[in-house]
Amino acid sequence: MTLQNFMKEAISPWMREQSPDHDIVLSSRIRLARNFADMPFPIIADQKDLEKIREFFMQEYEHTSFAEYKNFEFVSIRDLTAIEKSVLVEKHLISPLLAKREGAAAALISENEQVSVMINEEDHIRIQLYFPGLQLTKALNKALDFDDWIEEKVNYAFDEKRGFLTSCPTNVGTGMRASVMMHLPALAMTKQINRMMPAINQLGLVVRGIYGEGSEALGNIFQISNQITLGKTEEHIIEDLESVVHQLIEHERKARTRILEQSGIELENQIYRSYGVLEYSRIIESKEAARCLSNVRLGIDLGIIKNVSRNILNELMVLTQPGFLQHYAKKTLTASERDILRASLIRERLQFEE
Amino acid sequence: MECQECHQRPATLHYTQLINGHKTEIQICDVCAKEKGYITYPEEGYSLHNLLTGLFNFESGQVGSPGSHLKKEKELQCPKCGMSYTQFKQIGKFGCGECYHTFSANLNPIFRRVHSGNTEHRGKIPKRKGGNLHLKKQLKSYKAELQELIMNEEFEQAAIIRDKIKELEAEINRKETGDSK
Repeated sequence: MTLQNFMKEAISPWMREQSPDHDIVLSSRIRLARNFADMPFPIIADQKDLEKIREFFMQEYEHTSFAEYKNFEFVSIRDLTAIEKSVLVEKHLISPLLAKREGAAAALISENEQVSVMINEEDHIRIQLYFPGLQLTKALNKALDFDDWIEEKVNYAFDEKRGFLTSCPTNVGTGMRASVMMHLPALAMTKQINRMMPAINQLGLVVRGIYGEGSEALGNIFQISNQITLGKTEEHIIEDLESVVHQLIEHERKARTRILEQSGIELENQIYRSYGVLEYSRIIESKEAARCLSNVRLGIDLGIIKNVSRNILNELMVLTQPGFLQHYAKKTLTASERDILRASLIRERLQFEE
Repeated sequence: MECQECHQRPATLHYTQLINGHKTEIQICDVCAKEKGYITYPEEGYSLHNLLTGLFNFESGQVGSPGSHLKKEKELQCPKCGMSYTQFKQIGKFGCGECYHTFSANLNPIFRRVHSGNTEHRGKIPKRKGGNLHLKKQLKSYKAELQELIMNEEFEQAAIIRDKIKELEAEINRKETGDSK
C-alpha cells in the first residue's frame, strides 16, 4: 500500500459501516497526547532529537499491524506535496498543525484509516482513533489498548500527580480529547444551537466547526469535545460528553419533527431547491455547496429524498475541499477554477446515484 | 445584504471603520474582504492558547515586558530544557516533562482555571511504566471502602474487602521484591 490509497477516496473505509445514531452523529474520535519521558517537547526540541523519534517510529511500526488496524503506512510530512498535505488534513488523518510542521513531522496511518498517529506535532505522539456514529466507549477502549501497545516500546512522560505530561497545560492528565462530529441542521435552522452553546460550555465541553479550533460550522456540522483533561477519569469524561450528545440528538430530532409539522412544505421546498442547485450548478462555492449538501442530507434522513446514499454528505464535504479538488485535477487551481470543478464533481456524483 | 464590493455575493462580514473620528460601515463578503486586505488569516486564528497566555499573567498584574525578567536576580528556569518561567507564561506551553516539576509551585492556579478546579490526575496509569501504581491506587480505594463499611457496620462485606486488601498487599510485595532482583 502507498500514500495513493489514502488519496484515492474522499471517504474513509470505516465511514461506510452501519453505526448507532448515524443519522445525526457522523463520527466519534478519541485523541491521546503522549510524550517521550526524556526528550524536550517538539516546540523547543533539537531537530536531531525529533529526527530520532521519527526514525524510531518508522523502524518500529512501519507495515506493522495492531488488532484490526492493519499494515500501518509511515508518511513523512516533508515528502508530501502541498496538495497531498491538504488532502490528508481534509480527511482528518492529520491536523493542520502537523501539515505545517516541516522537518521531522510524520504520521502512521492504518490501512483502514481508522487509526492515525501523528509524530512530532505539538506533542511527540498523538494517537487518533475514529469510529462511525456514536461509539465513544468502543473508541476509548480501542484507543487505550492501542496506547498500551505503543507504551510497550516507548517510555512515556508520566507523573503520578499530574498524569500524562503534555506540551500544552490544556491537555495534561489524561491527554485525551474525545470528540463527536454531529450534523445539526434543524438546531442550526431554528438558532437553538446558539442558545445551547453557553450551557454546553459550562459543562466543560466545547463546540467547534468541522475543521477544529476556529473553524466555522460548514454544512451544519459541529464538533463537540471535552475541554477538561485533568482530574477526571477517561470514562467519566466520556460519560459527560455522551450525555450531552444524547441530549443534542434528542433536541435535533424534536426540532426536525417540529419543522416538518409546522412548515413541511417550506422545508421540502428548501431541500429540493438545494438538490436542484447541486444537480444543475456550473459554478459553486464551498460554503454554498456545504449548505446545500446539509439540506440534501436532511432530506435523505427525513425520507423526502430517496435513492441517494447518506454518505453523500461526508463524502462530498471532503471531496469538494480545495485540496481534494486539486488532487483530482492533478494541478493547482485558482478559486474560480475550483468552483467550476466542484460543481461538475457534485453533478457527476449525484448522477452516479440515480 | 449584498457585498458592497462585488455586488454579487452576500455580505458576511460587517466592519465599522473609525478613521480620525470619521465612522464608516463596511458590508463585505469574505472573498472581497480577503482580496481587499480587510482580513488576514493568522497561523491558527485566535486559539485557546492565546486566551491561556492571558490567564497565566494573573499573579501580580505584571505582564512580562521585554527585559523585565532581566531585573530579577533568580528567574525560575527548567534545568533540563532551559525554558524560563517567563517564557512559559508567554508561549503557554511547557518545554519538557521536567518543566512540570520546575514550575510546580506555580501550576496549581493555572490548572485549576483550565480544568475546572482540578489539579491532580485521576485517569489512566500507563500499563508498563506505571508498575505497581495501579495496584497501589486500587489498594488505597479498597482501604477507604473498608473504613466506610466498618463505619456502617457492614461487617460481612468488610471481611470480603479485607481479604482483597491482603491479597493485593501480597501481590505488591511479590512484585516489588521481584523487581529488585
